[in-house]
Amino acid sequence: MGLIDRRMGIFLAGLFILTVAIPVGNLLIDGKPVPSYLVSLFGKYLCYALLAVALDLVWGYCGILSLGHGAFFALGGYAMGMHLMRQIGDRGVYANPDLPDFMVFLNYSELPWFWHGFDMFWFACLMVMLVPGLLAFVFGWFAFRSRVTGVYLSIITQAMTYALMLAFFRNEMGFGGNNGLTDFKDVLGFNLQSDSTRAGLFILSAIALAAGLLIAKAITNSKLGKILIAIRDSESRTRFLGYRVEEYKLFVFVVSAMMAGVAGALYTPQVGIINPGEFSPANSIEIVIWVALGGRGTLVGAAIGAFLVALTKTLLTGWLPEAWLFALGALFIFVTLFMPTGVLGVIESTLRRKPAPKPTQEASV
Amino acid sequence: MSVQLSLDGVCRSFDGFKAINNLSLTIEKGELRAVIGPNGAGKTTMMDIITGKTRPDEGEVLWNQTVDLTKTDEAGSARLGIGRKFQKPTVFETQSVKTNIALSLKEPRTIWATLFHRSSAAEDARIAELLDLVKLSAVADWMAGDLSHGQKQWLEIGMLLAQDPELLLVDEPAAGMTDAETMRTADLLRSIAGKHTVVVVEHDMDFVRALNCRVTVLHQGHVLAEGSLDHVSANEQVIEVYLGR
Amino acid sequence: MTHLRSYLFTVLTCVAGLLATMATAQDFDALVASLPDGNFDDRAAVVGQIAASGDDRAVGLLEALSDGELQVLKSDGRLVIVTDVKGVDIAADALTGAEAGVVPRRGASAIRVNNSLRRTIGAAIGILTLSSPDPARRLTAAEAAFRAPDPDQLDLLQTAILDETDPRVSAALKSAIAATTLAGDSTVADKLAAIAILKTQANQAALGILTPLVAAPDAQIAAAAADAVDQIERTQKLWSGAQNVLFGISLGSVLLLAAIGLAITFGVMGVINMAHGELVMIGAYTTFAVQEVIRNSFPFLFDWSLLIAAPLAFLMAGAVGVAIERGCVRFLYGRPLETLLATWGVSLILQQTVRSIFGPNNREVGNPSWMSGAFDIGHLTITYNRLWIFVFALAVFAILLFVMKKTPIGLQMRAVTQNRAMAASMGIRTGWVDAMTFGLGAGIAGLAGVALSQIDNVSPNLGQSYIVDSFMVVVFGGAGNIWGTLAGAFSIGIANKFLEPYSGAVLAKIIVLVCIILFIQKRPRGLFAVKGRAVDG
Repeated sequence: MGLIDRRMGIFLAGLFILTVAIPVGNLLIDGKPVPSYLVSLFGKYLCYALLAVALDLVWGYCGILSLGHGAFFALGGYAMGMHLMRQIGDRGVYANPDLPDFMVFLNYSELPWFWHGFDMFWFACLMVMLVPGLLAFVFGWFAFRSRVTGVYLSIITQAMTYALMLAFFRNEMGFGGNNGLTDFKDVLGFNLQSDSTRAGLFILSAIALAAGLLIAKAITNSKLGKILIAIRDSESRTRFLGYRVEEYKLFVFVVSAMMAGVAGALYTPQVGIINPGEFSPANSIEIVIWVALGGRGTLVGAAIGAFLVALTKTLLTGWLPEAWLFALGALFIFVTLFMPTGVLGVIESTLRRKPAPKPTQEASV
Repeated sequence: MSVQLSLDGVCRSFDGFKAINNLSLTIEKGELRAVIGPNGAGKTTMMDIITGKTRPDEGEVLWNQTVDLTKTDEAGSARLGIGRKFQKPTVFETQSVKTNIALSLKEPRTIWATLFHRSSAAEDARIAELLDLVKLSAVADWMAGDLSHGQKQWLEIGMLLAQDPELLLVDEPAAGMTDAETMRTADLLRSIAGKHTVVVVEHDMDFVRALNCRVTVLHQGHVLAEGSLDHVSANEQVIEVYLGR
Repeated sequence: MTHLRSYLFTVLTCVAGLLATMATAQDFDALVASLPDGNFDDRAAVVGQIAASGDDRAVGLLEALSDGELQVLKSDGRLVIVTDVKGVDIAADALTGAEAGVVPRRGASAIRVNNSLRRTIGAAIGILTLSSPDPARRLTAAEAAFRAPDPDQLDLLQTAILDETDPRVSAALKSAIAATTLAGDSTVADKLAAIAILKTQANQAALGILTPLVAAPDAQIAAAAADAVDQIERTQKLWSGAQNVLFGISLGSVLLLAAIGLAITFGVMGVINMAHGELVMIGAYTTFAVQEVIRNSFPFLFDWSLLIAAPLAFLMAGAVGVAIERGCVRFLYGRPLETLLATWGVSLILQQTVRSIFGPNNREVGNPSWMSGAFDIGHLTITYNRLWIFVFALAVFAILLFVMKKTPIGLQMRAVTQNRAMAASMGIRTGWVDAMTFGLGAGIAGLAGVALSQIDNVSPNLGQSYIVDSFMVVVFGGAGNIWGTLAGAFSIGIANKFLEPYSGAVLAKIIVLVCIILFIQKRPRGLFAVKGRAVDG
């Protein structure tokens, strides 16, 4: 029952190899066998994987199907984006030392109050966790206390991210409207365009993913984790045993939201932009399919699922853009109808009964 | 003996239907009590009210003559020492039998306590003891979902005992059990009464007879008769609405 | 303001004196001849007298004066009206209209006017049209006099109202007289009467006239004005409230249409159909396709296009719905979260299919003639398309209610949802009923698409923009209760429109969403919850 079981061990080993190989291939080997864009691309996948782990923690273990996790991710991304905007200083197009370009453009006379403090890196890092955590706390406190469950909860989480999307699209909100935050220059003095910074961010993302997985694993291995599963399987029985279900749900929801916030914070500098589109309900629901494909309630599977779907998306949208939505739609249907345990479930059950009765064809996914 | 639980003038209706109608009932500490009555007599709603799942429209529900149970929720009542077993056995199907018992043990139920919980030898011994009592030691590592219906009943009884509650509310424990198992359940409940207070809702008259205790007959949400089984069986009204001629 | 007053005052005194003697034709000629003399104030006085003369030629003359076309020929000092014909200045006698030939360069000098004089002229022209034989022009003139009250015109207005036969013009004149009375220095009693008249005019202009009077030196007038302002503001609030309700009902009927199909699939069957929005979209594209065929082959049928499209959209979306149910949803009954995901997948496929066939851009769906235009009730403007959509939404709702409550299929649907096993053992083909119920919900979504194509962009993303809203409506109203959906749609619509003036459209929507989220916390089963003994285990 250790933190690192076989499944986790294999995954972390694979992650470690990737984390070494990609930066080495990009920075140290002549001829750059790994082009720079791939470093950021894989870094992005790692952020998605962390986001998927965060969702798996609440959905896989506690049965809370959040269709609003993209909101926590985006809030983390915005918090980091605000720091990066402040770092631009007077190097913006309008060369205003105090105001980011979009504020000059929108005739702001001074920095809005909620932008203060984001010039400090530690403050931004704190906000990356605090803002999504606080939103999750307030939202969850209301929702869980009044026992909103199942699809009702899913629908209102979706409404939450939708409302935030509408809000962030407004110029008056002070977050750059529909253009979002972009044109970042550097972070802690490191140029964001340089290969070594990219590699650094990539490694950081890998560490964050590993840490996220281990924290999630520690939580689910504890007695608290078993209570979460108990809540998922029979909420009312858990109550009658004397557990305050709403407290447990709130705890795991907030932890998960913070994890999603960290993923978003690492995502923003690697992608170079954060905009209100990240709040769109469609994005949040896509996270769910990563987890479902990889294997709900396995943590590692969620990370693998995120990686597989994101990779397929990159390949397909570049190669056959029309086919991507067909593929994604078909994936949703296929996984829910035929692969309820996900890729990991299929692989593991195949391995368990060695002489497989019939060859399972998960390779087609 | 002091009073464990008292209901006084409790009413509860759902969309005009009076599930509980001016129900008054007193249970002594350590008592074993059987509650019988036809379907829709309000047995389950009564349990819902006692455990805080349903709030009564009016009336008083007192625990130990002091605590107002109409103000607590399910978890609160469980923490006070009320354990409940459902009509349909509900166990945590995707967790092992052992874990099911472990989660039920009388231990701190706060977030931090459970997050940093370390299992101890004493705890393991208690679990083993309980599993032995409900005869599930052999399947301790099975998933609870793989148990038979009767075994689930036993597991739930085990979970109830693990909570070590002052009051046990047991809803139709004999359903799905063989005759021998039914008798064993009756023996078990009789043996724990005294130390615990036990309220059993049951349809099986043989089982009620085996409990050999005071019986309350519910009908249309209120008490129709109360006394020994022989006493209530002789009651004309009880025969009319429940036992049949 | 004070400047305007003082000059109005001079004008008034001159006019009053002259009116007493009633101008004659000779006087008119003399007046016109005197125009070039004196300063601007003198000229203003003359303009007032010209207007008061009521001569037929006055309007044309004053217009020419205002435009600088009234000029004095240098050769003989004659007053002419100079018009520019293809770059050549042609003069005509100002009084007789007789042709006076081409004006040589610098051959004439215009009678100078300044802005304040131009205002006087404008007011004078306004008054003159009061005697026009066309009631519409008289109405315009009266309204102009009301908007820019000029004490000089008081007598003219009072004369005009005596001869006025058209009730609307008469009413407008009455207001104009009241406004003019207030602008001048009539007796307190007259002014109080005027305020009483304006009080009945609940519009911005009346408010504009009355508001400054609240600070009038005379306490009686000030009090009456304050009272009137108060009442007008109240009336205005009432009208704007009514307007908001109207907008809200309009939005509510759109929401109702979008959500009503969901009330069946989600509310009655308990199936989360995330592809619902796409079924609406299919309905809208069906309308587009029908219109394309009609435009190309049967243009005379265009006004009937929506009526032709409606049944087709119902069948089309219904068929897709049955396919979704049979091919996917039926394997997932009792697993709502999985259903949600699978139908989301379906929605993506439907979206991309439509995008591949019709292209990603907005498609133009035309409004038939009976859907265009608007009409007024009181201070409210109602457009026909909003009205018809409201009627359509209610009609669909009524039909649905009828089907659910009064037909055998409705009975079977309710039986299957309430107790599947029992219904099956009673000989109901539950699979068939499921498919039909889902198909009905989907078909209604298609009908919604026909209506929405009239007011929204028809694009592959059409459905996406309604999905969150429609779920909110159903959840807010209480799943399983069709009447709840009706109440939910209209309350959300009206709440939205009442917030909009204060917060703007987007923020209003956000506020409403947040309120619904909070509301669901309070009543997780919605406005009209189906109550009963809790059955969860």
